[in-house]
Amino acid sequence: MMRLARIGLLAAAALSLACAAVRAQGPMPPVNPESIQIGLSTDRISITSNFSGADLTIFGALDNSNPLVSRQGRYDIIVVLEGPARPVVVRRKNRILGVWINTQSETFINVPVSYSVATTRPLQDITDTTNYRQLALGADNIYLEPLERTAGASTIQEFETALRQLKKASGLYVERVGGVQFLTQSLFRATLTLAPNIPVGTHKARAFLFKNGVFIKETSAQLAILKAGFEQSIFLAAHNNSFLYGLFAVALAMVTGWLGRIIFKRD
Amino acid sequence: MGIYLPIAEMSVNIVVLLAMGAAVGFLSGLFGVGGGFLITPLLIFYNIPPAIAVATGANQVVASSFSGTLAHFKRGTLDFKLGGVLLAGGVVGATVGVYVFALLRSVGQLDLFVSLLYVLLLGIVGGMMLVESVNAMRQARKGVSVSLKRPGQHNWIHRLPLKVRFRASKLFVSVIPILVLGAVIGFLASIMGVGGGFIMVPAMIYLLKVPTNVVIGTSLFQIMFVSAYTTVIHATTNRTVDIVLALVLMIGGVAGAQYGAKAGQKLRGEQLRALLAALVLAVALRLAFDLFVRPANLYSLSPLEVI
Repeated sequence: MMRLARIGLLAAAALSLACAAVRAQGPMPPVNPESIQIGLSTDRISITSNFSGADLTIFGALDNSNPLVSRQGRYDIIVVLEGPARPVVVRRKNRILGVWINTQSETFINVPVSYSVATTRPLQDITDTTNYRQLALGADNIYLEPLERTAGASTIQEFETALRQLKKASGLYVERVGGVQFLTQSLFRATLTLAPNIPVGTHKARAFLFKNGVFIKETSAQLAILKAGFEQSIFLAAHNNSFLYGLFAVALAMVTGWLGRIIFKRD
Repeated sequence: MGIYLPIAEMSVNIVVLLAMGAAVGFLSGLFGVGGGFLITPLLIFYNIPPAIAVATGANQVVASSFSGTLAHFKRGTLDFKLGGVLLAGGVVGATVGVYVFALLRSVGQLDLFVSLLYVLLLGIVGGMMLVESVNAMRQARKGVSVSLKRPGQHNWIHRLPLKVRFRASKLFVSVIPILVLGAVIGFLASIMGVGGGFIMVPAMIYLLKVPTNVVIGTSLFQIMFVSAYTTVIHATTNRTVDIVLALVLMIGGVAGAQYGAKAGQKLRGEQLRALLAALVLAVALRLAFDLFVRPANLYSLSPLEVI
């Protein structure tokens, strides 16, 4: 079940449309450089009990766009929703006496829990790897800081690659090619995938503008993903009154077992 | 149909969970095992984080074993005195187990230790039960009446001091082996996140010579209290009991357990034991497979434990 979380549209869009119209009349190239804006109609999303992943729509505007470049489709936009960073341990199994055992491990201290990307075109068509590295943009280019560098660069590289692959396999690092669409010359819509196991916390939405493969501008906005009332109360109870919570869990289990006997009456 | 788990912080399919609970509940009612040794690996297989699977599995076992205990209490196949002595040992064993659990985790090889323990115990217990029950079935077919309780045939256990009479079980035996058995089960339960019925049922039958009909009710009685104790400990120390996940599993499990208990009455003792042995061996093989066969992915991720 996909729920569409529509995050609203802005006055900026209308403004930029007007600008574009004015510019189109003159032969002069625009003096002002292009800029990009995104807007969220809300700064928080609640996860309710029937949450099973969702699409997040972000609207944005491209200001001072060159109509010629625009018509040739040489503006590219990449929108990223990055989850909170947490330390992660990557472990590697080795065979010892026939048994597969975790032997090596590498810890990375700033791994975004989730990383959802939407782009106008496939990443490799927009610009080259060097640019992505510099911007730390894309699941393969996020900068991961190792806790210690004693293992040597090639080992760290190996664990880093494994981490990215595992994150992609779990659906937390996703990429949606064609997820950003231009609605008009200056107005665009980005549709990002929120995984069913998306972490709660402060997420950062960022939009990158490229023209002819050259990075022009970046903008960002914050989005809080929270548990809804009931889920949040359970979470708080488990953490603040953990002993009572445990007793309640046992009592609930006993009541369920007893009710089951009454309902089924099977002897 | 999705449901969001507030502690596991993920969304899962409620129908899959209900089916999982029902299947495990049926088996738990049938064999008198809590089902922890099935539900915990199943949850991990379904991508629930292992810490949450272990703690929530314990919570689910409370429901199914309570339901089963009530059924056996009503039928009169429950020895409270024997269960109480087992439980006293169990609480001591579980408390020691929790400390060992923390120690192993700090060393960093808890998963391996738990898997090896599972394979070893399930393999031995399952193998022994299978051999015994197949022999019994073969003899029954030949027309020889078989009874596990052979009068006059007593082992060393029956020569220990501090003998107590257990009327419901028709036993006159020392409390020492019962306390030790309870403690071993409690210890294993808290380390492996299971109730321990798969070890207790055969141990009671083969070592203590408790009649098969009383064994199941009594072991469920002990399992219920040990898993309740484990649930509270996990909730307070690790905060890994997901009550929403547990409730969904319980609803499926309680329903399944009622049918399981009824189906169990239609089967003969040795048939039940052969089926349980096959199930136990299957789980052991599945876990051994993970230990000895090259995993599809050598790498795994886990959050950094703040110690």
